[in-house]
Amino acid sequence: MHPDDKAALHRQAFLEEAADLVAEWEECMLLLDRGVDPDTVDRLFRAVHTLKGAGAMFGFEDLAAFLHDLETVLDQVRSGERSMERPLVDLLLRSRDHAAAILQGGGSFAERQEILAQMRGFLEQTKAAGEPAGVEEQRAAATEDAVASGAAGPPRLWRIRFRPQTDIFRTGLDPARLIEELATLGEAEVILHDEAVPPLTDLDPESCHLAWEVLLTTAAPEPTIRDVFIFVEGEAAVRIEPVDYEGERPPRLGEILAHRGDAEPAAIEAVLAERKPVGEVLVEAGVVAPAQVAAALAEQRGLSQVRAATATETATIRVPAAKLDALVDLVGGLVTAQARLSQVALEQGLGVLDAVAEELERLTSALRDTSLGLRMLPIGSTFSRFRRLVRDLSAELGKDIVLVTRGEETELDKTMLERLGDPLVHLLRNSVDHGIEPPDERVAKGKPRQGTILLEAEHVGGEVAIRITDDGRGIDADRVRAKAVEKGIIAADMALSREEILQLIFAPGLSTAQKVSNVSGRGVGMDVVKRNIEALRGRVFLASTMGQGTTITIRLPLTLAIIDGLLVRVEDAFFVLPLAAVEETVELTAAARAASAARLIPRRGELVPYVSVREAFGVPGTPPAIEQAVIVRVGDRLLGVVVDTVVGQHQTVIKSLGRVFHHVRGISGATILGDGSIALIVDLPALAP
Amino acid sequence: MSTTSTKQYLTFTLGGETFALETERVREVIELIPITRIPQTPEFVRGVINLRGHAVPVVDLRLQFALAEVRDTVNTCIIIVEAELEGERLAMGAIVDAVREVFEMDEADVSPPPRMGASVKAEFLKGMGKKDDTFIMILDIDRVFSPEELALVQGSAVG
Repeated sequence: MHPDDKAALHRQAFLEEAADLVAEWEECMLLLDRGVDPDTVDRLFRAVHTLKGAGAMFGFEDLAAFLHDLETVLDQVRSGERSMERPLVDLLLRSRDHAAAILQGGGSFAERQEILAQMRGFLEQTKAAGEPAGVEEQRAAATEDAVASGAAGPPRLWRIRFRPQTDIFRTGLDPARLIEELATLGEAEVILHDEAVPPLTDLDPESCHLAWEVLLTTAAPEPTIRDVFIFVEGEAAVRIEPVDYEGERPPRLGEILAHRGDAEPAAIEAVLAERKPVGEVLVEAGVVAPAQVAAALAEQRGLSQVRAATATETATIRVPAAKLDALVDLVGGLVTAQARLSQVALEQGLGVLDAVAEELERLTSALRDTSLGLRMLPIGSTFSRFRRLVRDLSAELGKDIVLVTRGEETELDKTMLERLGDPLVHLLRNSVDHGIEPPDERVAKGKPRQGTILLEAEHVGGEVAIRITDDGRGIDADRVRAKAVEKGIIAADMALSREEILQLIFAPGLSTAQKVSNVSGRGVGMDVVKRNIEALRGRVFLASTMGQGTTITIRLPLTLAIIDGLLVRVEDAFFVLPLAAVEETVELTAAARAASAARLIPRRGELVPYVSVREAFGVPGTPPAIEQAVIVRVGDRLLGVVVDTVVGQHQTVIKSLGRVFHHVRGISGATILGDGSIALIVDLPALAP
Repeated sequence: MSTTSTKQYLTFTLGGETFALETERVREVIELIPITRIPQTPEFVRGVINLRGHAVPVVDLRLQFALAEVRDTVNTCIIIVEAELEGERLAMGAIVDAVREVFEMDEADVSPPPRMGASVKAEFLKGMGKKDDTFIMILDIDRVFSPEELALVQGSAVG
């Protein structure tokens, strides 16, 4: 790889990492906004500190300089010298935005100066308020805090080995900076290993042949030490181990050598084996009994097992999203190929082939689930950004609103999560702007002054449900109705239930806000939300009680890539129904069809409406005497989907039909069958009458 | 590589007349394979085909231009083109009676499309060329596959 490319790659890695740190920063700020706890202050400090250090290393000097004063203020908060009051939270949030802007190549100089000036104001305040104001108490509080946070435990000795790859200089990284940074954490003894440096005649001055060993005595926890090396991961061999031996006495030389890995324990043992084992000597001398030696040896084995187990703790690997997408694409191809093999096996009727096909099907299906699982992310990662949104919006509108989130751990496909952001922002804006009343109005109505928006996610069957509930004023059905009539969406004399009127919210061009604010209410609201959600094969539901609030529920499939489907046939056309929705299949005879003009099928004592796929999709031909009605669940209702025959279960790799057909209702995509032909995936909610 | 302003064209026939497409927009030519029909679309939108794992829309130009009687023969094939739809390049298939040849033509030899008299609406044409006394109608592929042209659907709800 060309050195320039490599440097660019590092810069990219830094930017990705930095984006995480900035996100962490924001999350900490929002937590601190609700109440200061030492853990969070600590997390925040670490994020800012790492960002500063790495920024300097990768040429973001502006960023590093900017973060310097900020770090000082944070350190004061951490040590309890100053409290985290609202103006500081605001300034720190603003700083975060500015840091994010710098990382993206923006961030005006003027703004930076302004923030820094304010920051210095805070610093001077602390200095001024310093000594007389009960230093003793503050110091005491500081120690307590530090102990509570676990950050400053008793100092420990760490052995850090750092062997960069020989081409590290070409990546623009300076290993010496890392060593210097380590030294700031505590007392460091640095040992330079130059054994690998070749004779001068062979020396390439652009290569690094050095390795370092640092014996660091620090109270900092391991992650802090590890953070120093965050940007050389993969480019250097870094080993960080605590140097601690059980027991009071310092360890033996052989043990240390073995522990350091300088000599193979086996080799040491081999040498020692020439002497008599300690145990044997002791037994011979009559100091201990053989059983006691055996017990001690067992204990030793146990200890080493514990160590080995902790060494293999689960690690996380960072993988570019594009690679995961490529993997899922490949798995999609494999699923299709496997379907073809199964079909061939069926046609050939060879037992041996059947067995292989079945085995492959099992493996493919497991591989499919695993690889799709890799793309699943907890929805909580987007929630924190909403907390910021609600905070800023409510401040702007003079409202007092708290966003409560639940079910952050609920996992959803990455692509889905990305495309869910905009609709959720819109819905939350609506709640803040139109839903929650101003504080005085709330008090007058006997409600708590502070409004609450609840954002929650959970798995329900094969779907994810996301709910946004506010305790605001609710939707005024009469006004929605009046507006709909005014906009010509419905006729003035149309008889509609409250539920039906509320659904009009989703009609294009209807906005009920009396005054247009810059937060929401430009009339491009809920219909866009609904369309976006439907594009993800999801659905939106709305419930609202006047004076009590509104709940909007979004239901989404877990993934966009591959689903389990039920393959059905009408004439020679194949269709796929999402299997998660299928309840059962019943026969529909010509006689039964003729008997019910209202198109209802009796099923366990209730009547289920049905839709004929043949008619809905205009498939030519005449229906067979006995058709199959697949009973599916759409929302809370049942629906019969009438087809000629049910072929069977089908692992369905979803292919988009693209822009050309996006207006086609009732079809959500296509899939490729075992014989290479295309079947259409039925969009059940759109099919329901 | 020619430095003068010549362009390469792929010629093909539709109902006995000769048409051409710029080769830079042609991805490949494939034989007629089974097509899956999409509901609620006009007759000339024949549906989608599986092109190496992707669903590619296919339009029957013979039906779209209402040319002659449509009969599939061994020569009938699908030209896969790149059409620009709402700012995005998409693979689209066009069914034609037969593919002829690739030839180069000086841009100066391309005359503007006639207002009337051509068997195809003037808006579908980029211009007229001539080769061996045969008039060649050069198609504007983006117009042929424009959303207005393809979205001639009832748009009604199903059921």
